[in-house]
Amino acid sequence: MKENLVERIEANPKYQELLKKRDSLALKLGIFVLVMFYSYITIIAFNKELFATKVWEDGVTTIAFPIALAILVISFITTLIYVRRANGEFDDLTNEIKKDVKDYI
Amino acid sequence: MLRILSIISIFAIWSFAAGDATFEGKRDLNISAIAMFLVFILGTLGITYWAAKRTKSASDFYTAGGGITGFQNGLAIAGDYMSAAAFLGVSGLIYMNGYDGVIYAVSFLVGWPVILFFMAEKLRNLGKFTFADIAAYRLGQKEIRTLAAFGSLSVVILYLIAQMVGAGKLIQILFGMDYEYAVFMVGALMIIYVTFGGMLATTWVQIIKAVLLLSGVSFMALMVLWHFGFNFESLAQTAVNNHIKGEEILKPGGFLSDPISAISLGMALMLGTAGLPHVLMRFFTVGNAKEARKSVVYATGFVAYFWIIISIVGLGAIAFLNSPDGAQYMEGAKAYLDGGKLFGGSNMASVHLSHMLGGNAFLGFISAVAFATILAVVSGLTLAGASAISHDIYANVINPNASDEKVVKISKITVIIVGIIGVTLGIAFESQNIAYMVGLAFGIAASANFPILFLSIYWSKLTTRGAFIGGFMGLITAVMLVILGPNVWVQILGNKEAIFPYAHPALFSVTVAFIGIWFFSITDNSKRANEDRAKFRAQNIRANTGIGSAGAVSH
Repeated sequence: MKENLVERIEANPKYQELLKKRDSLALKLGIFVLVMFYSYITIIAFNKELFATKVWEDGVTTIAFPIALAILVISFITTLIYVRRANGEFDDLTNEIKKDVKDYI
Repeated sequence: MLRILSIISIFAIWSFAAGDATFEGKRDLNISAIAMFLVFILGTLGITYWAAKRTKSASDFYTAGGGITGFQNGLAIAGDYMSAAAFLGVSGLIYMNGYDGVIYAVSFLVGWPVILFFMAEKLRNLGKFTFADIAAYRLGQKEIRTLAAFGSLSVVILYLIAQMVGAGKLIQILFGMDYEYAVFMVGALMIIYVTFGGMLATTWVQIIKAVLLLSGVSFMALMVLWHFGFNFESLAQTAVNNHIKGEEILKPGGFLSDPISAISLGMALMLGTAGLPHVLMRFFTVGNAKEARKSVVYATGFVAYFWIIISIVGLGAIAFLNSPDGAQYMEGAKAYLDGGKLFGGSNMASVHLSHMLGGNAFLGFISAVAFATILAVVSGLTLAGASAISHDIYANVINPNASDEKVVKISKITVIIVGIIGVTLGIAFESQNIAYMVGLAFGIAASANFPILFLSIYWSKLTTRGAFIGGFMGLITAVMLVILGPNVWVQILGNKEAIFPYAHPALFSVTVAFIGIWFFSITDNSKRANEDRAKFRAQNIRANTGIGSAGAVSH
């Protein structure tokens, strides 16, 4: 990388926009997944009986099953949300930044 | 090549024909199983032959030339994940303990989104072949690569042993072949795939196996659900009726009885995902960051689906195998509720279920797929281990001027050595629980690899000294706590009470690693430390935009 390329990119408003948008999305989704997962593990660790509640009054299936299913499905959906934006909006921004500094690379 | 192939086929047929006499009742099913098995071995060796002709440079050998698409790579990543421990181990855990197996499945998955949001892209932009490339980007090459090689090899070897034990048991049970021969055969085939075909062959074997495994397990789950009129409640009811623990199997928390163990295991499984060397390598087999991201979405989708159907298969195994008809799969043909034990142990639950649902042909199919699973995963692992030695240690520390050919040659020698170690330890660890061993491999990946990766990407104040000392502290703490814990100290070494009371050390060792890295970085005032910190800005730009990083195609 050329000497002033670092300064040049850091000063580019598109670079700042990219970082801001991507970090905020990653942080929101990441915290959401982490809170969801650690709540699940913590409930298992400290209050198992909560998950032993029955789904149907006269049945045996516990709510632990639909909850596990929901975590699996939601985890997948969050990756889908992230990649949709990263492969569209964020990639476009990255390409614009590359174009702006093309002569310096 | 052809000679090796024919020797192996003859060896395989001879071993099956010489099958153990104690498996009398099952001898008639060997034909279809052997046929499926040989078709698979011939097919994959064909792929290896094809790949060998296309593998010329080091880039071809490590990253399949970077020409794999996102969809293909997603399947291959999912394939690396759906190992013997996942397929045989987790379905067996559900068969034994019910819902607790599902907790493993959920914890194994949630690592994916987190890697994607915080790491995948940056890893892809900074790296070339291995995870050490990323950590060594701005830190001292020698120290970081040595540390990374130790971390990678520890994880690879533990993981490898687990797969070898799974393979040995599977072949032993299915074909009545001796355990040692089974492990030897896996080792020999794995060495051939990796030395001749490199990443290209390994990836294609992985992709084909992932497709076969997903379709085979889907068929099993469908058959189970069909039998119960697609009514989950009636499947659950039958499982409860047929299990000694009754309704307990539908509740969480049987074997994760204390809170510390539950949290520690959850942490290991989640953070460990981000530190698995054979999975990290797969980010470099695709052409660009866009494809790398897509591959994580596909992988997450496939793996999530796989866990859902494995849960149904696990409950189905309880419902079917613990019935009067299932007594044929129990030792001494005693029904389960009368104290019968599953033939070959709980890890074989899904294999027996396949016979009950689809007869001999389906058993042959599932056993070939299970074997393929093991082969594909050990190939990926061995390749990661070989890269740690040849790329990280040899090409970057010992001989920086080495030619491409020389590095690939060193890789191939390492593959053979890692193969021999895998076979030897696989035989030595015959009686170990495979799901537990994989849990440990994740624990070590979470303690030694993850903190370095994470901090080198996000923390500008990280220094070489901090990473080196803290990283080794994490690795050593994880290994020591495993040895002093209940599974090794009590069960293997025969002591009365464990010095460290918890089976899973991640909560403690990950903390030690982070604190160690932090402390030895902030107190580091050397010239080197200032250089390390100064390089962060440029690294950060490359990690975020990919500017300056070589595309995998044009190394």
